[in-house]
Formats: sequence, C-alpha cells, structure tokens
Amino acid sequence: MLTTSGMALVVFVFASILMLAEGLQKTLVETGSYDNVVVIRKSSVSEVQSGVDRLQASIIETQPEVALGANSHLLLAKELVVLISLPKRGSDKPSNVVIRGISESSLMMRPQVKLVEGRMPRPGSSEIIAGNSIAKRFKGSGIGETLRFGMRDWTVVGIFDAGNTGFSSEIWGDAEQLMQAFRRPVYSSILFKLRNSPEFEKFKTRIESDPRLTLEAKRETRYYKDQSEIMAKFLRIMGISLTIIFSLGAIIGAMITMYAAVAHRTGEIGTLRAIGFQRTSILSAFLIESLLLGFSGGCIGLFFASFLQLFTISTMNFQTFSELAFNFSLTFEIIYKALLFSLIMGFVGGALPAVRASRMNIVESLRAS
Amino acid sequence: MYILKIISKNTLRHKLRTFLTILGITIAILAFGLLRTLISAWYSGVDASSASRLVTRNSISLVFPLPLSYKEKIRQIEGVKLVSYGNWFGGIYIDEKNFFANYAVEPKIYLDLYPEIIIPPDQKMAFYRDRKGAVAGRKLIAKYGWKLGDSIILKGTIFPGNWEFVIRAIYYGRDKTVDETAFFFHWDYLNENMKKTAPLRADQVGFYMIGVTNPHIAAEVAVAVDKTFKNSLAETLTETEKAFQLSFISMIEAIVIAIQLVSLVVIVIIMAVVANTMAMTARERFGEYAIFKTMGFRGWHIAGMIFGESLLITMVGCAVGITLTFPVAHIFATELSTYFPVFNVNTKTICLDIAAALIVGVVAALFPTYRAIRIRIADGLRRIG
Repeated sequence: MLTTSGMALVVFVFASILMLAEGLQKTLVETGSYDNVVVIRKSSVSEVQSGVDRLQASIIETQPEVALGANSHLLLAKELVVLISLPKRGSDKPSNVVIRGISESSLMMRPQVKLVEGRMPRPGSSEIIAGNSIAKRFKGSGIGETLRFGMRDWTVVGIFDAGNTGFSSEIWGDAEQLMQAFRRPVYSSILFKLRNSPEFEKFKTRIESDPRLTLEAKRETRYYKDQSEIMAKFLRIMGISLTIIFSLGAIIGAMITMYAAVAHRTGEIGTLRAIGFQRTSILSAFLIESLLLGFSGGCIGLFFASFLQLFTISTMNFQTFSELAFNFSLTFEIIYKALLFSLIMGFVGGALPAVRASRMNIVESLRAS
Repeated sequence: MYILKIISKNTLRHKLRTFLTILGITIAILAFGLLRTLISAWYSGVDASSASRLVTRNSISLVFPLPLSYKEKIRQIEGVKLVSYGNWFGGIYIDEKNFFANYAVEPKIYLDLYPEIIIPPDQKMAFYRDRKGAVAGRKLIAKYGWKLGDSIILKGTIFPGNWEFVIRAIYYGRDKTVDETAFFFHWDYLNENMKKTAPLRADQVGFYMIGVTNPHIAAEVAVAVDKTFKNSLAETLTETEKAFQLSFISMIEAIVIAIQLVSLVVIVIIMAVVANTMAMTARERFGEYAIFKTMGFRGWHIAGMIFGESLLITMVGCAVGITLTFPVAHIFATELSTYFPVFNVNTKTICLDIAAALIVGVVAALFPTYRAIRIRIADGLRRIG
C-alpha cells in the first residue's frame, strides 16, 4: 500500500511537470499564426523592448507582400505594446500586464480572439477590453470597471476570450490613444498577414537589408516560440531533475517491499521450485508483481494528475517580463510516458529481488520455513 | 546503555533493507536541501538589500523612464542623503544564452550607496577616468575569462546598436549574499550616445536609487518623494529596496509555491518509504515484543526501541544527505550561475533538513509502535508459529 502510494506520488509529480511544460508551450505556440509576420526593431527580442517609428511603419505598410482583406482593407496592424503594473484581486500584489494598442485590423488577423462580453472599444476613446484571464485576476479590469494609468481613466467595455493563448493575459485599447497617454510616439511592432505564405523569405531579406529600416521580421509562430524558450527550458530542467530524484526514492521503496516479499515467501519459493517450477517462472512471477505495483501506482498518480487540468497557473514569463496564464494540459503522449515511467520504476525496483528469489537453493529455502 | 546496543543491533539485522532506507533518506534530504536552497537563491536579492536604500521608478511600470531633472528635486527632500540613478541596459553578450545583469549607472554615488561592492582603489580610479569603462563582478569575469583592459561588445536590446566597453575594474562582494555576476558602466556613455541617435530618449533614467539618512524614516521619505511628483507626467513609485526585490518574487510566486510544495512532497514520499520499512520490521518482531513484555518490559521500552531504530536510520541518512548537499550545491551554483547568481546553502536550510528528518523518523515509528504496544502477549507469541 505505502509503496504504491509512494509511486503514485512520483508519477503524479512527473505527469504534472510534463503537463505544465506542455501547457506553457501550447499557450505560446497557439498564440501565433503561421501566415502572420511580426516586424520589430532589430535585436530587440520582444515587442516590449522594440520601437518602430511612424516613417518606418509606413514603409512596411506599402510592401507588396501585405494581404488585402474584405473591402480592400490592408491586413496590417501598427501596434503598441507596453507593460503596466496592476494590483491583483484579493492579494493586491502588483504584477506586470501587457497592454496592447491595436489598430482596426488587429482582431481580424487573430481569429483565436473572440469578444465574449460587451463590445469593442471605439477608436479615439479611452476604452479598453481585457482578456478573460486578466479580467478575472486583476483589480478594476472587469467589465464596466475602470483602470487608471497614463493620467486617464480607462473604461473596460468588453471581455475577450483568446482560448489557450497569450492574448488572454493582455489588455487591448486603441493604439493612437495609448500612444498619447504614455507619451510614446513610436509603435512597438507591425503585424501583418502575408498575401502569399512562401513570400516570407523574400520579404525578410528585403526589409532587413533596406538601409532606411532597422527592423527584423519573424513569422508570428516563431516569434512566440522564441519568447517561451527560456521558461520552457527552465521547466524542463527542473522537471527532469526532480523526476530523477523522486523516482530514485520510489525505486528504493519498491525494492524494500519486494525484498521483504521475497524474504517472506522463502518457503513458498522453495515449495514452488520443488514441485517443478523453473527459475525463470519464479523470476517472472516476482517481476510481474513489481510491475503491477508500479502500474497501479502510475494509474493512481495519473488519475489525480488529470484533475490538475482544472487549474490555471499564472506567473511571470522571464523573457517578456509580463504576466502569463496557462493551464496544465494532459496529452496522450504524457499518459503514455507516465505509465511507461511507472513500469520502469516497478521493473528496476523488482529486478534485483526477483533475481535473488530465482537463485534460491531449493533445500535451503524449504528449511528456512 | 543496553537499549542503545539493542537498537543498533536491531538496525543491522536487515543490512540491505537498512542500507536502502538510509539511501532513500539521503536522496530525499539532499533533494529537500537543494530545493530549499533554490528558494533561498530567489530571495537572495531580498537578503542583500539594505533598509536605508529606496528605489524610485515610474509608477506605470518598469519599462517607462523618469526624467533626469527629478534628481535635484529628490535631493532636496528631507531625509535624502544620496541620490544615484541608472538604467537597466539589457545588453546581450554574443548570444542570448549568455545572460547577465547589466546596468548603466551614475557610478560615484552609486558605489557610495553600495558599500558591499568592493573595488580596489586603483581600479576604481581607472574606471572613473574611462568613459567607456565598465565594472564586472568576480564571477562574471571568471565565467567569460575576461581580463582588465579587455574590450567587449554588448548588443543593445533596449538601446539599439553595438556598444563597446573596456573592463576597467573587477568587484567582489563584502559577503556571500552579494551578487558577483553583475556588470555596470557609466550612464553618461549611454546618454551621450542616445543624444546622438535618439534625442527623444536622452536624459531619461530608468530608476533612482536613494540613500536615506536614517533607515527609520525610509517610509516617510518614500511617501514624500511620490508626493513631489504626484499628478506630473511621470508619476513615481518609491519603495524600499527590499519591497522592490520582493515585487519581482511575487510575480513568479506560482513557481516558488510549486517548488515549496514539491519539497514537501519529497518528504512525504520518503516518509512512506521509511514507514513501510518500520512497519515491516515491527511486524516481523511481534513475537519478540511479546517476549519482552513477558519478561516485564513495559510499553514505553518497546516504544523506545522502535522510535530509536527509526530515528537512528533517519538521522544517519540525514547526516549523509547534509554532507552531500554542499558539494552538489556547489556544482549547481556553477552550472546555474546564469539563473541564480547567488546559490548558497544557509544554516536555516540545514535546520529544516534536520527537522524534516526528525519528523519522518517519528511519524514512521508511530503506527508500528501503536500496534506493538497494543498487541496482547498471547497473540504476539502465537505469531511466531
């Protein structure tokens, strides 16, 4: 019993860390679309550090690769991204939140983002909409409430749902208004949809070698993947080292139990051998027992880990320095990995005791009883 | 005396089982110690902060600057002794992987504010004289194999361009809590370049460091500073250095809490392992306990034997684990210096280690003891059969 629960705990930790890393990656990868291009200042790494002045922005606007939407509107958004620090509901602790100044086409290029409550902010007004995970967790960001920053009060007129993407942790408002409020005369990034997806390379080389521009272009998917790299690596390193340490503990536990089981049944083993069972049968009997032990531990661990999907983790992404909320996500690969892992633990823990059992001398083991 | 002898003999009865259990505890204590050290590494900035220093930044968030003109206004506020200022530079050395903290600061007063940063006087003078000069921490110098007089290039992320610096001084910390992996240089160097390339961004600073005359009035000074700039274009947020550092930790609170939970889970797992061992051991010896009782030993004698054995095993494991924590922490410190500039095992961690081992030993012995004491002599003797 104790051994199984120990193994269950280990599998629980193993699975939950995998789920966490998976959830983080999913969130950041799903944030981007492959056909969208983000243009930021060269070597600025993220939108927050970047700055694109109006002249450069209009050069990008006139590039032939930019797609046209309905009623021949350009599918291009000049956006502003800054961090503001907002207090959380309940604890009042401040955290950095991304606030994004959007243009008309911003929403069209991000089909993952849907308005669920209220309406879009009117251009030219002090109105904002908040992502659902922000609205829930930060003071003054629910619908109808106001936030104060940049010497103005901003009314939250809508809540948007962006599913499992990073946009759920953002606040959106009119770019021009926000630029005024923050006294920041430059955009942070230009986002546009490619007319023709394979044209990306051509576009990239052209703008990166244009002497008028100090910009670089990345596909949106790539951009968000780069942003999660350090965090995902950190989680992975932590997860692997924790799992190794934990599994050593659990293997030792399994070994102790199996050795005791072998010692306990010395007489039985002798009897079995005496009535003609082979050494290999004894070996496999004990191995199977230990594998079963591991497997049941694994199932219990996974069972509890699956409840973690109900939780949302919010933390600061080291790279962008802003709040990011993500879920634990359980995939078939994780289930399969966790069960395999529990079987390996059972096998390693049971192997030595099983070998000892199979090597026992018939006469001596019968005498021992 | 005899009870000690019987405990140690009992412990050695199943050498393999005892060895495995001790090994398990060693690993658990080692893991627990390392996780606790990891948490304290996060808090190292908080421990290193001084009560007489205040940090002033833009109240919107860290990414917004403050005008340089605030410096004189802050200096006039009562209780302010020293004012320095700087910018987070965020430069990249060759590749993004080589992360280290780099700041542009006004150096003379900054170094007065930080008496724990120690620089040899001749190097300090050399640094002051060279506008492109930079100071780097001892560990950072060792990591990249720099020497005094080397020139290095940082690629600016916030301030575009390639920036050239000459290492003029190496600093080391007065004690172990000081981060020795930071890099700082003249703010004027940054500002003069910004004047040329982006005049709108010149004369802007990221933060002010304020030294107060007396730590007791720090809170009042902070309020006074924020009041001075209330309703201006750049409102300020002033807090003690400690609160400033804590605000970073609170942003990654979820991770800190997760690690704390995990460190508890380690202990629970090992508790299960030790309890399993003790339960098996006691079950095998019920007959003996019955004999002891027959001879007139009381319940507490038997309890003493079980508790003694359990504690002996956990304590040996704990001792080995603690001894191993130091070399392993050292390896981690060198490997993870990018993430955690300060990674020291502190005495609190060791105390927690010992406390955890004690709890495991006691809890593991509880149930078997209860069974052993409750068992009736006749039943115990019958079990031998």
